[in-house]
Amino acid sequence: MDKLTIAPSPHVHGHDSVKRNMYGVLIALVPALAASLWFFGLGALKVILISVISCVLFEFLIQKFLFKTKPTISDGSAAVTGLILAFNLPSELDWWIVVVGALFAIGVCKMTFGGLGQNIVNPAIAGRVFLLVSFPAQMTTWPAPAGVDGYTGATPLGLLKAGAISQLPSSSDLLMGSVGGSLGEVSAIALLIGLVILLAMRVITWHIPVSIIATMALFAAFFHYGICEIHYADPLFHILTGGALLGAIFMATDYVTSPMTKNGMLIYGFGIGLITMLIRCFGAYPEGMSFAILIMNIVTPLINKYTRPNRFGVK
Amino acid sequence: MNSVLITIAVLAALGCLLAVILYFVSQKFKVYEDPKIAEVEAELPGANCGGCGFPGCHGLAEALAKADDISAIGCPVGGAAVMAKIATILGKEAGSAEPKIAVARCSASCSTRIKVTEYDGAQSCAIAASHFSSETGCAFACLGHGDCVKACKFDAISIDPEKGVVVDEEKCVACGACAKACPKNVIEIRAKGRAVQGKNRRVWVNCVNKDKGPVAMKACKSACIACGKCAKVCKFNAIVIENNVAYIDYTKCKACGLCLNECPTHALQATFPAPPKPAPKPAAEAPVVPPVQSDVKPADKAE
Amino acid sequence: MLKTFSIGGIHPEENKLSAASPIQALPVPAEVKIPLAQHIGAPAQPCVEVGAKVKVGQLIAKAGGFVSANVHSSVSGTVKKIEEFVDANGMKKMAIVITVEGDEWEETIDRSADIVRDIKLEPKEIIAKISEMGLVGMGGATFPTHVKLAVPEGQKCEALVINGVECEPYLTSDHRAMLERPEEILMGVKILMKALQIDKAYIGIENNKPDAIAKLTELAKNYPGVTVQPLKLKYPQGGEKQLIDACMGRQVPSGKLPINVGAVVQNVGTALAVYEAVQKNKPLIERIVCVTGKPLAKPSNFLVRIGTPVSACIEAAGGIPEDCGKVIGGGPMMGRAMIHTDVPVIKGTSGILLMNKKESKRPEIANCIRCAKCVNVCPMGLEPYLLSKLSAKEMLDEAQGHSIMDCIECGSCNFTCPSNRPLLDYIRLGKGKVGAILRAKAAAAKAAAEKK
Repeated sequence: MDKLTIAPSPHVHGHDSVKRNMYGVLIALVPALAASLWFFGLGALKVILISVISCVLFEFLIQKFLFKTKPTISDGSAAVTGLILAFNLPSELDWWIVVVGALFAIGVCKMTFGGLGQNIVNPAIAGRVFLLVSFPAQMTTWPAPAGVDGYTGATPLGLLKAGAISQLPSSSDLLMGSVGGSLGEVSAIALLIGLVILLAMRVITWHIPVSIIATMALFAAFFHYGICEIHYADPLFHILTGGALLGAIFMATDYVTSPMTKNGMLIYGFGIGLITMLIRCFGAYPEGMSFAILIMNIVTPLINKYTRPNRFGVK
Repeated sequence: MNSVLITIAVLAALGCLLAVILYFVSQKFKVYEDPKIAEVEAELPGANCGGCGFPGCHGLAEALAKADDISAIGCPVGGAAVMAKIATILGKEAGSAEPKIAVARCSASCSTRIKVTEYDGAQSCAIAASHFSSETGCAFACLGHGDCVKACKFDAISIDPEKGVVVDEEKCVACGACAKACPKNVIEIRAKGRAVQGKNRRVWVNCVNKDKGPVAMKACKSACIACGKCAKVCKFNAIVIENNVAYIDYTKCKACGLCLNECPTHALQATFPAPPKPAPKPAAEAPVVPPVQSDVKPADKAE
Repeated sequence: MLKTFSIGGIHPEENKLSAASPIQALPVPAEVKIPLAQHIGAPAQPCVEVGAKVKVGQLIAKAGGFVSANVHSSVSGTVKKIEEFVDANGMKKMAIVITVEGDEWEETIDRSADIVRDIKLEPKEIIAKISEMGLVGMGGATFPTHVKLAVPEGQKCEALVINGVECEPYLTSDHRAMLERPEEILMGVKILMKALQIDKAYIGIENNKPDAIAKLTELAKNYPGVTVQPLKLKYPQGGEKQLIDACMGRQVPSGKLPINVGAVVQNVGTALAVYEAVQKNKPLIERIVCVTGKPLAKPSNFLVRIGTPVSACIEAAGGIPEDCGKVIGGGPMMGRAMIHTDVPVIKGTSGILLMNKKESKRPEIANCIRCAKCVNVCPMGLEPYLLSKLSAKEMLDEAQGHSIMDCIECGSCNFTCPSNRPLLDYIRLGKGKVGAILRAKAAAAKAAAEKK
């Protein structure tokens, strides 16, 4: 025996790590990844690879040469950002647009604030929104998924906005994912499997996804059944289309930009659901998930300030 | 086109109205402050280090403007030059404070002190000190986790694995933040010492170990063992031995360097080389005056 | 549904390696070192001279105030010296060193194994006896027992809560005591109930000790008013406030003591010591120490005389292994790492835990990812990530505003943090600073009041 180690208590650790959580998210994204490859083929694989590699590379270069610190790319957070960014892009997107999006996500939205844990908005969503407003034409050209006729497949929400109610896909198509849209968002069933994995691995709690989906469903139900059945789509349609599930399960639950307390998470989820539905039903864009999450990301510090956990001994 | 013009007109009118309101409100609620305070504050360095004992530079400026006699207070950062300027602004007499510097009284290196345990908690001296004595056998020593480095607003302190805490003489302003941050009270603010040939001369005991000689020696090869040799040789009675450790009173020390050759453990440190050892002469003779002493002595006499 | 406390909590690996090992009496060492400060409060004042002959159980140091405890000799022999020694934290403490000669006990001590069931003393006398015998909380906090039993004027005690939870991983001394000496513990509970003049007591035991629950439930039938309360396994159930919440469903308000909700909490080890002190006239001179850890050859439970070197206990359990990286006094969650093993076992040493080199190193620290796991596990409903940041930045007023003083230092936040941040290290630092400010303010207010 040589030197004894001295450290303040506790002397044991639960073996949880940033790596475990980040790789947990990656594992949970695998079903959606498989679905996107199935429906969009090599075009999807190209976008995913470019996005992930450029996100990891930008993080590495910035940490190594600008911060001059030991790069922490092995923790998997940059890979998660890259994958989620790719899931928010249409397949066959030009490679340089993907790289620009990755640079904005990692370089501007993550590293300028100090890297992991310091950013105020979700980098992947910020990257996606940046691309959407910079390259609107390319970002809304959706190649049709495999098994669907036609060269381009419009998204179901796009059809709804255009008033083409009769062309809306069936619920089973929405569930499986054979509809037009961004890479990762089309297959609801794959995303729900991801949710189960995340909950089982205790990476996230149920509060954020459930409050978002519940808010959206209530909002849609009110307008569909209460106001006009033809003009407003039913709750199931709203939940299964667009980025609703991808956003609720994987993007809104980002640790860094979501509130710290259970009550805060419920408020945050409610806000996202509400803003999404307002944009979908009354806004200019057919889809509003990304904007809603960005807005609520910015509100998070305020939510944290006003929602405190239940203190012991305070009833 | 028309709607654009209306918008511009409405916003412009609204802006003017609010500006007028703001103006009157600011006049109504104006707080009078002596304009001299702002003038004095402009002269101060603006680091808000608190080294003067007041809450930031504005606090010091207020105190200076208020006090009738400003000789006792002053900015340790700006030093005499800044205080002279402030004195002319205020028309008061500035004090003549001796320039000071932070001195770490522990060598803190692992080459002389053997580690007996390994600390693995948060990198903070305050936390380490609240849990246990030290990684080495010396319970008084520098812990080396750098609370002083973090406390220094002037980037003047660094920790060298070999030499321990190193104070940059150029950058240190003796604000005392490091001394306050050190949980072991290793750092002391001492007089910078008289400049000789462009270098400030000062001597200090590089140890704060209050253990008895043998215990201290076992823990650290360069510990002060309170043998008293330095105190005996000092001609100015500047060295006192208390609590098993020697201390050099900087108000009395003339930085002659005679003590440097005496210390058996090299616990004394100086910013200048030790004078050459006196040749072995009969002890009864008058003490040999080292050569460096010669350029100090005249100044002493001049005082 | 088993009961447990309502907020937060974690599930560390239990690792109760020594649960099946019966309590063995450790041989009396050749020399003991009995510190004067083994409890919270003022150190005791020695009342023997160097060279004096002492017997087992003889008073050798008197309590130095109300919040203090008597110290008795745990061996018979000669007082060799009264001097400073370096304790497990490297701090200098006073201790009485006694050279052991034979094993001669004070005649007043009843050493028989018979259970004395008749409680002759009156409540006031019981508390006086407990104070005389130098009893302190045996769970590790070492708060003098007689102080806890003295219910302040205007407050009413309704129930006694006995802590048999032993929620710290590894430790098994309370578990073994409940299995091997259940009658004595229950008698101790009865005595404590009489001292507090109440007729209700709960013994909280976590359900990872089904044998102890079964045994005590069976025997408790003969003790009216005593309920054995099985509890769901969750750390830190042994925290005073958590245990009252789990057993009685009452939450002690912030900054208040258990007596504010009508509860007094005592450890099972203390109950055992109370029985021995009151019925057998035996001072607190020995205790059950669990010596355990993965690298150790024979994890065991020992009955150890106070003042025995920790190194002797480890030796008896198979000796310090080559791979040992850390020696902890207490459990892995709240115990303190020792800088050397040449320190005596004291009244509060509930366990000695050895860890191998790999376990002893903390994992690498990463950035806070604001996952809120620390907030979810905090049993006091605090926000550890925020408190630790506020302490590190010396924002003490804000830290106080976020109830930093409510922290019970259980370590759940550190345990759960995926980024391995030293949250509790900083919170403890901030707590110390805020506490010092509060004490200074209180002292100033008191001085101002006295002036008037």
